[in-house]
Amino acid sequence: MNFKSTIGLEVHFELKTKSKIFSPSPVSYGAPVNTETNVIDWAMPGVLPKLNKDVYRLGIMVALATHSHILPTTHFDRKNYFYPDNPKAYQITQFFQPLARDGYIEVEVRGKKKRIGIHEMHIEEDAGKNTHGTNGYSYVDLNRQGVPLLEVVSEPDMEDPEEAYAYLTKLRQIVQFTGASDVKMEEGSMRVDTNISIRPAGQKELGNKVEMKNLNSFDHVRRSLAYEEQRQQQVLLSGGRVQVSTRRFDDATGKTVLERVKEGDADYRYFPEPDIAPDHISQEWIDEIEASLPESPFARRKRYVEEYGIKEYDADVILQTKESSDFYDATVAAGADPKLAANWLNTQVNGYLNEEQVEIQDIKLTPENLAQIIKMIKDGTISSKIAKKVFKESIENGTDPKKYVEDKGMVQLSDLSVLEPMVKKVVDANPQSVEDFKNGKDRAIGFLVGQIMKETRGKANPKVVNELLNKELQSR
Amino acid sequence: MVKITKEDIKHVAGLSRLEFSEDELEKFTEQMGDIINMADQLAEVDTKDVPETVQVVDRDTVFREDKPEHWETREELMENVPEKADGYIKVPVIIDKDDNA
Amino acid sequence: MNYLNENIESLHKKLKDGEITADQLTQDTLKGIKELEPKLNAMITVVDDAKPAQNLDLSNELAGIPIAIKDNIITNGIKTTAASHILYNYMPVYDATVISKLKDAQMTIVGKANMDEFAMGSSSENSYYGAPKNPWDLTRVTGGSSGGSAAAVASGEVVAALGSDTGGSVRQPAAFNGIFGIKPTYGRVSRWGLIAFASSLDQIGVMTKRAADSAKILNVIAGADEHDSTVSEKEVPDFTAAIGKDVKGLHVAVPEEYFGEGVEPAVKDLINEQIKVLEDNGAIINKVQLPHTKYVVPDYYIIASSEASSNLQRYDGIRYGYRAKDAKNLLDVYVKSRSEAFGDEVKRRIMLGTFALSAGSYDRFFRQAAKVRTLICEDFDKIFAENDVIVGPTTPTPAFKIDSSIKDPLKMYANDILTISANMAGIPAASVPAGLVDGMPVGFQIMAKRFDESSIFQVADFIERQNKFYEKTPTGLED
Repeated sequence: MNFKSTIGLEVHFELKTKSKIFSPSPVSYGAPVNTETNVIDWAMPGVLPKLNKDVYRLGIMVALATHSHILPTTHFDRKNYFYPDNPKAYQITQFFQPLARDGYIEVEVRGKKKRIGIHEMHIEEDAGKNTHGTNGYSYVDLNRQGVPLLEVVSEPDMEDPEEAYAYLTKLRQIVQFTGASDVKMEEGSMRVDTNISIRPAGQKELGNKVEMKNLNSFDHVRRSLAYEEQRQQQVLLSGGRVQVSTRRFDDATGKTVLERVKEGDADYRYFPEPDIAPDHISQEWIDEIEASLPESPFARRKRYVEEYGIKEYDADVILQTKESSDFYDATVAAGADPKLAANWLNTQVNGYLNEEQVEIQDIKLTPENLAQIIKMIKDGTISSKIAKKVFKESIENGTDPKKYVEDKGMVQLSDLSVLEPMVKKVVDANPQSVEDFKNGKDRAIGFLVGQIMKETRGKANPKVVNELLNKELQSR
Repeated sequence: MVKITKEDIKHVAGLSRLEFSEDELEKFTEQMGDIINMADQLAEVDTKDVPETVQVVDRDTVFREDKPEHWETREELMENVPEKADGYIKVPVIIDKDDNA
Repeated sequence: MNYLNENIESLHKKLKDGEITADQLTQDTLKGIKELEPKLNAMITVVDDAKPAQNLDLSNELAGIPIAIKDNIITNGIKTTAASHILYNYMPVYDATVISKLKDAQMTIVGKANMDEFAMGSSSENSYYGAPKNPWDLTRVTGGSSGGSAAAVASGEVVAALGSDTGGSVRQPAAFNGIFGIKPTYGRVSRWGLIAFASSLDQIGVMTKRAADSAKILNVIAGADEHDSTVSEKEVPDFTAAIGKDVKGLHVAVPEEYFGEGVEPAVKDLINEQIKVLEDNGAIINKVQLPHTKYVVPDYYIIASSEASSNLQRYDGIRYGYRAKDAKNLLDVYVKSRSEAFGDEVKRRIMLGTFALSAGSYDRFFRQAAKVRTLICEDFDKIFAENDVIVGPTTPTPAFKIDSSIKDPLKMYANDILTISANMAGIPAASVPAGLVDGMPVGFQIMAKRFDESSIFQVADFIERQNKFYEKTPTGLED
């Protein structure tokens, strides 16, 4: 029997604001416990929420970047549930009138293009964090309470784990390039819940849904979905019923584990939040935000490949993060040859980042300095070998490459008035090499180049020396 | 008439994080039945095509600029906490999250 | 000191003339409160160390004048309980906006007034701290939920108090205690620091013996506030400008439904007398209908309780307030803390609200109530298209006996039928004394268009000057 899978994804992004969504408490990652809180975050009696304008701005950016329809009037709602990390015992979210609906993104899986629909996206507040102790107590930190979130809910359009993986990769890239979120799964600024059901091919109605929450990585998403496909098939083939349930992925075994069976939906008693007035999103504001949108990854890729002539693979490596793409663009803008810049970024710079486990935005090398190094190679001021030395110095200490090359006397010797007499002298002094050259032994040239390099202590431009030697030998 | 049973009251009490003794349950079931049926008089009003009013405000799109402000001090915020440790709020162990059904 | 024969103007004069210092006034006030409290129980907390503001600016009429605050309004460093066991020890770390504004005006907070727990009730008997007593008859209720504020003003403990009004909680106790009380337009006064009962209905109000004094205080506490997204940015007029005017040419609507069966005949008569006075002085009286009046009680109880069920979830024993002693796990903390520390009426409202919002009930209850609310608002829009104010009784009866209604919630809820609509429509409304029925005060209710509190002050002040009720003193305090 053949089965079809139906997969939907709910992705939460922390929006990158300076303060929380409904309170002016600062937002940063890793602040001491409960220090980024105020009376609003604590849900003290009598407090009221006040909405941060930037939350809408960033949300609208993502809506625009995913071709979503932005609702002209939105309203916040309350989702009621008790939990220690949820101080008001309700979460302020958008249930009835979300920020946007009906968007899509395009993915490519196994060479085929496919549109994955976005059902809706809404703005809401994050909860605090509970740490479970071993002494019968849990500990609550409210720093994360009220951090703005954008939840993007896909249509159940994905039919296998690869499509889900492709959707996530694309969605992360799109969101990242708007600058609306850091999209770091390891820091929780991007969180993924999935749901999957399967049904025998030909059957119309969907099978029972299994939900998996807070998956740690894209890899876990792919593996857990693949495991679930198999597991649910086996259940159905053996005549069983898939339970509507929440399951957890266990990295060590590669299996999913039952967390709890759902008996009807949780009753969150959603109703319109009376403490916040409705929000009218004007077309003017949307246009203004659209005009400020950073160039999309697709537009950048097209520019890299078609205008700069760099390989698609190299373009994709550069486009893995907005920061690296921004770095690349700045390097080119500072005058570097685009192809050389791509090579240097993808090999030398990435090599350094991997080795040092740092991010491109945290290194001392500036795009301007990288551009200078590339320009000096191109115009023959320095050799590739020297360039690597200069690069190391510049990325480790932030040293200005041009000044460094000059101070250290690393400039290549290309001056013909110096090199020509030197070549003549060396050829005169080595008649055996001239003989060998005439007899077709190419090695002879290598020996002569070596002599000149020795004489100039390595600074002679090898390209120029080669040309001069060839000319001189042929004239003998 | 909406019929309200003890089971209904127990269910709603669960959602509300309240509990009642058997005696109280008896009393509350009766009272809540009366109150809910009083409230249910609204069912007879024709509200076809009538929009909802959930607030009566003369403003919309009320925003705050994204400017962070630090509250001084954490200790002040924690003064009322019944049990605390090292800057955390301390609560007896959490058993289950979503028993909201 | 007792304020029975004082008002803000007379006290201000004493301070200005040096007849009394602000310190002395504060001390005398505290002494007066302590003398009356054993009889009245109008206060939950008396601020023993209350001191007038430093560098008193006596060009401001309110400077140095003591005031009582309903105990659901947050006062930094003064215990604030909302009359609930669940907040019995709660010490706020910030001030409500109205408190900051009163402090800017250099008023002195001398007490936190008794009330129904979380402002839920019409008699103040739902207070964890016991019911306050009506100064006109100590065996009768003060009304509620701002019963303590009303009794404190009526008895002369203070010259002014703040209350809050979600379905009549300022106007009904004002009526029962023979004083003036105004619920401003929803959005006129910031709710920042008002402990939420029903967020779309709650509004802080002022209670004083004379309308003019309320106008002075409302002038100070009204207006835009960055903390409250639902408060209006409209300019606040000088409400005292409405004092001392006549009512000639004023269009006064009298709804038929406000004189229905439930309203005591003697109350109707007294109210009609006031209307006659208005008519005799040139007001144009129009009989009108408010056809959805019979639905306001159910509508109110669904909406207010739904919002309350959500607003009161934060009282969970985790971050502040009462935590059950023997809780073994988290669910225990929630269920035991809440079950032990909420009173029955609060539990009923939480239960009703949770029910109305729950799966399967939302459309029939909450959504339907929100739609009926629209119809109620439209009733008022129609009347205000042709009238300046709507008048009628504030309550169907004068204050009832303590313990007479508390065991029958539905009977208690029916008391609110005349006051609730103003909250549903967000319009301003006030109660001004009309006279006595069987020795107990009766209130005359005046409602106006949104943000037209001035018309209310104009009519109320005019009525006061005609019936001179303020010359009467409460009879329950005579030994």
